[in-house]
Amino acid sequence: MTAISEVLIAALLLIGALLSVIAAFGVIRLPDVYTRNHAASKSATLGVMCILLATFLYFLVEDGLFSSRLLLGIAFFFITAPVAGHLISRAAYNSGVKMWDQSVRDDLKDKNR
Amino acid sequence: MAFQILLNVFLAFLWMFLQVSFSARTFIIGYLLGLIVMIGMRRFFNGRFYLHRVWAVTYLFLLFLKELIKANIDVLKLVLRPKLNIRPGIFALETELKSDWEVTLLANLITLTPGTLVVDVSDDNKTLYIHAIDIGDVSEAVDSIKNSFEKAIMEVSRG
Repeated sequence: MTAISEVLIAALLLIGALLSVIAAFGVIRLPDVYTRNHAASKSATLGVMCILLATFLYFLVEDGLFSSRLLLGIAFFFITAPVAGHLISRAAYNSGVKMWDQSVRDDLKDKNR
Repeated sequence: MAFQILLNVFLAFLWMFLQVSFSARTFIIGYLLGLIVMIGMRRFFNGRFYLHRVWAVTYLFLLFLKELIKANIDVLKLVLRPKLNIRPGIFALETELKSDWEVTLLANLITLTPGTLVVDVSDDNKTLYIHAIDIGDVSEAVDSIKNSFEKAIMEVSRG
């Protein structure tokens, strides 16, 4: 295991963990469903992808094991995470969850008129 | 486009049979030779040569990755800032894209880009309702979406 790959793997793991922490922190701190969804759907996606990529690289360099399942996991996560975020916020809007009171604009209100 | 790829694979198989050597390496060599032949014959095809579209898909993917990283830096700055200074809201975006998969792709791209999240798509696929975390510069956001993503997707789907 060379020094470069060691540093790269460690950095990817740390970035992934940091992004997951920030996603959790954002979910606690932001005011309403929609803004929380921003933090959850973006930071968590890249965080998990970084951790999976670091795992893949670790096994590739350390054991010479090409684990294609991890790559597939990255691809599936990349595709499904934004759809999940979209569906949650759509379901929230359709069941009448209010936006934060400092929200400035709502074009969707006019849609079903 | 599918026809062109099929033709290229067929040419690679033809090369394998001419060489009487059935390995991956011969297939790749045959594929590249077939590619050269097809580039020479490209004016006989109806649509574009398919490498253009392969390049467009690659470009779209790289754009996706770049925007994802930018979005994360944005969320990071937003969450860790001591004072919450945001003005969220929902705005409508008219899109020129037609087919279902193009609109799906655009919605996914928007969801993973800085500060925007698709909340609803109108029934006729013409309007996307987007929740922005900081709505101060809507027109700017609309412009950047139109110019970068819509154009990149159109480049992929163009015949």
